[in-house]
Amino acid sequence: MLLLFSDGGFTLKEYIIRRVLISIPILIGTSFLIFYLFALLPGDYVDSNPSLTPQRAAELREFYGFNEPVIKRYFNWIAGIFHGDLGFSFQYQQPVTKVINQFIWNSFIVSIISLVITWIIALITGVYSAMKQYSIFDSFVTFFVFAAMSIPSFFIGLLLIKIFAIDMNLLPVGGMIDVGSNTTGLAHYVEIGRHMILPVFILVLLGTGSLTRYVRTSMLEVVRQDYIRTARAKGLKESKIIFKHALKNALLPCITLLAFELPALFSGAIIIEQVFNWPGIGQVQLESLNNRDYPVLMTFTMFLSFLTILGNLFADVAYAAVDPRIRLK
Amino acid sequence: MNSATVKHANHGQSTKRPSLWKDTWKKIRKKKLAMGSLYFLVFIFLFCFIGPFLSPYAGQSVNSAIINQPPSSLHWMGTDKFGRDVLTRLMLAGRISLTVGLASMVISIILGSALGAISGYYRGLPDTIIMRLADVLMSIPGLPLLLLMGALLSELKVEPEYRIYLVMLMLSFVGWPGLARLVRGEILTFREQAFMKATEVLGLKDRRKIFSHLLPNTVPLLIVVATLNVAGAILSESALSFLGLGVVPPAASWGNMIDSANSLIDFQQRPWLWVPPGFAIFLTVISINLLGDGLRDVLDPKMKQ
Repeated sequence: MLLLFSDGGFTLKEYIIRRVLISIPILIGTSFLIFYLFALLPGDYVDSNPSLTPQRAAELREFYGFNEPVIKRYFNWIAGIFHGDLGFSFQYQQPVTKVINQFIWNSFIVSIISLVITWIIALITGVYSAMKQYSIFDSFVTFFVFAAMSIPSFFIGLLLIKIFAIDMNLLPVGGMIDVGSNTTGLAHYVEIGRHMILPVFILVLLGTGSLTRYVRTSMLEVVRQDYIRTARAKGLKESKIIFKHALKNALLPCITLLAFELPALFSGAIIIEQVFNWPGIGQVQLESLNNRDYPVLMTFTMFLSFLTILGNLFADVAYAAVDPRIRLK
Repeated sequence: MNSATVKHANHGQSTKRPSLWKDTWKKIRKKKLAMGSLYFLVFIFLFCFIGPFLSPYAGQSVNSAIINQPPSSLHWMGTDKFGRDVLTRLMLAGRISLTVGLASMVISIILGSALGAISGYYRGLPDTIIMRLADVLMSIPGLPLLLLMGALLSELKVEPEYRIYLVMLMLSFVGWPGLARLVRGEILTFREQAFMKATEVLGLKDRRKIFSHLLPNTVPLLIVVATLNVAGAILSESALSFLGLGVVPPAASWGNMIDSANSLIDFQQRPWLWVPPGFAIFLTVISINLLGDGLRDVLDPKMKQ
């Protein structure tokens, strides 16, 4: 407990322990808030089935434990999580873990591909436009960044479907495979790939905006430092200054951003999946909401919050590891 | 010494400086992109708030004789499935979208700066409680949280016109934690400075120290963040309304106008129903973002690139 209150510096190990200890109350608070919000929702899965007799509905409520007090249900839920029991989906009549496992990878594949492309584009354009600050290219990038930050994702999705899928008939309208398709092997992957082009393009478009800006700012800050001037004064080649001295330091803060991407990899892009009818976890979330299949939604929201807290933890620890000033503060 | 002297001191560097607002205006006027955005935003506001008075179709509701007409010289953006003029509807929807964006920003700013200031000024227990609460809210992904609250409103069968206010509250509920963190950081640095020692010597009350001396110093930062916050709120509202969980009909917002794209025939053959509101959102949000960026350059030279 002492190390929570000491003002001096920490070793990395102490810093990690301290950081983990701080995360625990946040995790508990988050779980309580999520559970409470769901408990506030009037109506349950039993209500949304009008064909049930009142007697049968009451039996089902008793069976699922809907009648117990909120606080007791909360502890039941938490106890279940520790036993690996994440609840039962009414809609799919399957354990929640199975439902999530079934759809999450469809979302993951889109996210990971978009993430890799986004980072490659953002790093290249960010560094290049910082090097040519105030050039035409730089102004163009700056304007593009603002445009990307201002586009409503669902609207650009609809617009591109209209242009490329309906008017020009080049790409599929949505889904993961063509209707009634039974391709296998390579043809199957090509087919999925074709369906992924538009969703991935939009996710990349939306993601590159702010990341490019971040890389550019970070790079500009580093280039102004004294040691870069020293490197120039020593007569080092410009390419060596940029890639060996500046880029390394400019990338440090960006690495921590990568840790923040952790929840986004698994969350599924709710809006994009809805617009493109992509069978991912984002669509499952919306469907669960409409069908009052709350165990799925509650567990998944909790899972995402857990990933967010974990991502923040990784980011802080990674930053403290590469920059000792953080933990000495 | 009176409080006026202290006030001057807390405006910092130069005592001759006229006022933050005049100074900002003088500098921002030189920025073409920011000014262009500002003029465009003024135009959008006039378009939405004055425009309907000039439209011949404003008072009219349903007209089955002219449903789903493509754009013409009479109806510049065509008509919808109830025979309503889309251009007029775009103006009326804009009123709601802009109001929701602005109001939720104002609520976030009030909540965020008050809680951030209390947290930074008192530290200790209030700080721990407020900041942990902010941590908890920031750990829950924003969109699922908004969807959940939207579903709650639908389950409670809130009246559509009443629901708009609750949507504003929802958006600020998600928006305040980031702001509180930012304000707290600022307050922590300002409270160590000489002008705060002076307020100590004068024996001012805590409330006066916070509201007349600490918070005014965070105004430059708040203006920038508030601007960007409006842009974010308009985007979130439009996404929520598109999914049917934000502003719901008969109230119109730009987001729920695009909802008509969910019907296949409207999507494929009547783009005039859903393309104009999409561009309205995009152009408004990009103008706000560009204006915010200009303000950042002027008000916060530290963050200038």
